[in-house]
Amino acid sequence: MAAPTVPAPAPGPPSAEALHAAAVARNVRTVQMVWRRELIRLQRMPSRIISGLAQPLLFLLVMGAGLGSLIGDQGAGGVDYQVFLFPGILAMSVITSSLFGAVGIVWDREFGFLREMLVAPVSRTSLVLGKALGGGMVSVVQGVVLIVLAPLVGVDLTVGRVLALLGAMLLLAFALTSFGIVLASRMQRMESFQMVMALVLQPMIFLSGAVFPLENLPGWLAVLTRLNPATYGVDLCRRAVLPEATRLTIGDWVVPVWFDALVVLGMGSLFLAVAVRVFSRTE
Amino acid sequence: MDGLVRRFGEFTAVDGIGFSVEPGELFGFLGPNGAGKTTTISILCTLLNPTAGTARVAGYDVVRQRDRVRASIGLVFQEITLDDYLTAAENLRFHAVMYGVPAAELPGRMEPLLDMVGLRERADQQVRFFSGGMKRRLEIARGLLHTPRVLFLDEPTIGLDPQTRTHIWDYVDELRGREQTTMFLTTHYMDEAERCDRIAIIDRGRIVAIDTPDALKASVGADTVTLATNDDARAAEELRSAFSVEVEHRKGALELRVPDGEAFVPRIFDVLTVGVTSINVRRPSLDDVFLKYTGRDIRDAEAGASEQFASNAMIRAWRRG
Ligand SMILES: Nc1ncnc2c1ncn2[C@@H]1O[C@H](COP(=O)(O)OP(=O)(O)OP(=O)(O)O)[C@@H](O)[C@H]1O
Ligand SMILES: [Mg+2]
Repeated sequence: MAAPTVPAPAPGPPSAEALHAAAVARNVRTVQMVWRRELIRLQRMPSRIISGLAQPLLFLLVMGAGLGSLIGDQGAGGVDYQVFLFPGILAMSVITSSLFGAVGIVWDREFGFLREMLVAPVSRTSLVLGKALGGGMVSVVQGVVLIVLAPLVGVDLTVGRVLALLGAMLLLAFALTSFGIVLASRMQRMESFQMVMALVLQPMIFLSGAVFPLENLPGWLAVLTRLNPATYGVDLCRRAVLPEATRLTIGDWVVPVWFDALVVLGMGSLFLAVAVRVFSRTE
Repeated sequence: MDGLVRRFGEFTAVDGIGFSVEPGELFGFLGPNGAGKTTTISILCTLLNPTAGTARVAGYDVVRQRDRVRASIGLVFQEITLDDYLTAAENLRFHAVMYGVPAAELPGRMEPLLDMVGLRERADQQVRFFSGGMKRRLEIARGLLHTPRVLFLDEPTIGLDPQTRTHIWDYVDELRGREQTTMFLTTHYMDEAERCDRIAIIDRGRIVAIDTPDALKASVGADTVTLATNDDARAAEELRSAFSVEVEHRKGALELRVPDGEAFVPRIFDVLTVGVTSINVRRPSLDDVFLKYTGRDIRDAEAGASEQFASNAMIRAWRRG
């Protein structure tokens, strides 16, 4: 049948530059909006903060005290075990809530809102970036609540240390949210949640040095932990608040802070790019 | 669009359709459940890729110029696609930002729309506290917010009360008058189909008819005479032998199609020996058109639409596999 369709010429089409400028402005505002949406949703579901706190508290207070007394004066990583555990638990909380926050995209798919976003004339990068920044921010907010426990477990905080810690958490949250978005983009339904827990989240946390020091491990375990990008995020958090703790090493090489940051940032950017690609594809 | 095909695995949902819609036209897209209407719209809106064929919307190719297409269209989805945890106003604002509606213009646009759908007082309430119909209304308001050049409406008024539907159609008419918006509408409501400039009927992924509502009705040709008698079986027999017409049993009555129904009725009484309890003559309606081309009643299709939810869940399960 008859070919081309629906011409509808706009009266006096705007210039290419004007269109481009408008598109840039639209995309920047979209990033902000997607970001804000995450924060608004957190605000309206405060129970998420409470339930997000339960596990880290249990680990820090119960496991920290229990294992701490077993380990005794020997400590871990050169400091008292509970002190050692503190930044690890913060990182664990950030990793968990980032991953879960990102997997919320599956909800958006289920409830259709994802389609409202995907049909809009904005770049997929804006949508994914907004989600990664917003989701990352939300999980930092959830983690920040735990910082007040520092004195309780005997961690000395200074303003500088808190700021460094926040920076580390933000970076880690951004990377893990991006990773989560990639996972979510491949999932059609919420049931896959359990699988993420078992196959991704828990191994990632246990192999990261969050709960035990990474020195003197059996060879295979040492290799696995160093291959885990989360390890570098945990190290970043730990160095921010415990400069006196033993540092992460690969072989004999003492990993510098910038390397930690680079690995985490690199992971975040890589997954962000993958996520953009996945969402740019049409079925 | 031309030769558009979309397959899901082995199954062909859209099977080589092609037609064009004029600028400013209100185009109706009718068909039974599962005919391929939503699939076609998804392709035109860049949400699905065609398996074969090409389509252009507002002059832009839906595969190669997706961004241009997206910037030219608006879409009211068949299912609700709002964010439950945002308020009505926030949902609209989110939409406005993505479609580049200038912030200064936004209040001036939002208010009449919220009035139209009767949600002004609810603007700052979270959508999860809304009833199904209220969500639908908000969804429509959102689709109209950025005054697109081409607007796709996928069963927009399903489940809405008659008064709200009237409001919405008044607004849509005004919008068409003012902005010359091209509209692509799917519906199972006959009165809405009646408003269209042209209608295409799709069945099992193929276009089976396309024309103006009047021309389609004329194509059915005959009036429908419905009568109930004391003995339908015998009456049917008598009518068949006297006029050699086809007599169908539908819904506890007899139905026959004749060129001029009003002149035909008196002749019925000449031949029937059984008592007639009621008789009715009807000019062809779109319902008859629908029936003729798809073999199904438009009302059956409408009733089926409420089963959408279940079938959507099935589609999701299927996708996963
Ligand atoms: N993602 C999918 N995967 C597999 N099959 C699909 C998918 N989407 C749609 N279908 C099938 O394609 C056919 C056409 O579906 P479509 O949603 O286009 O129908 P429709 O005309 O919009 O019907 P309705 O009036 O019920 O909305 C159906 O048989 C449906 O089961
Ligand atoms: Mg449909």
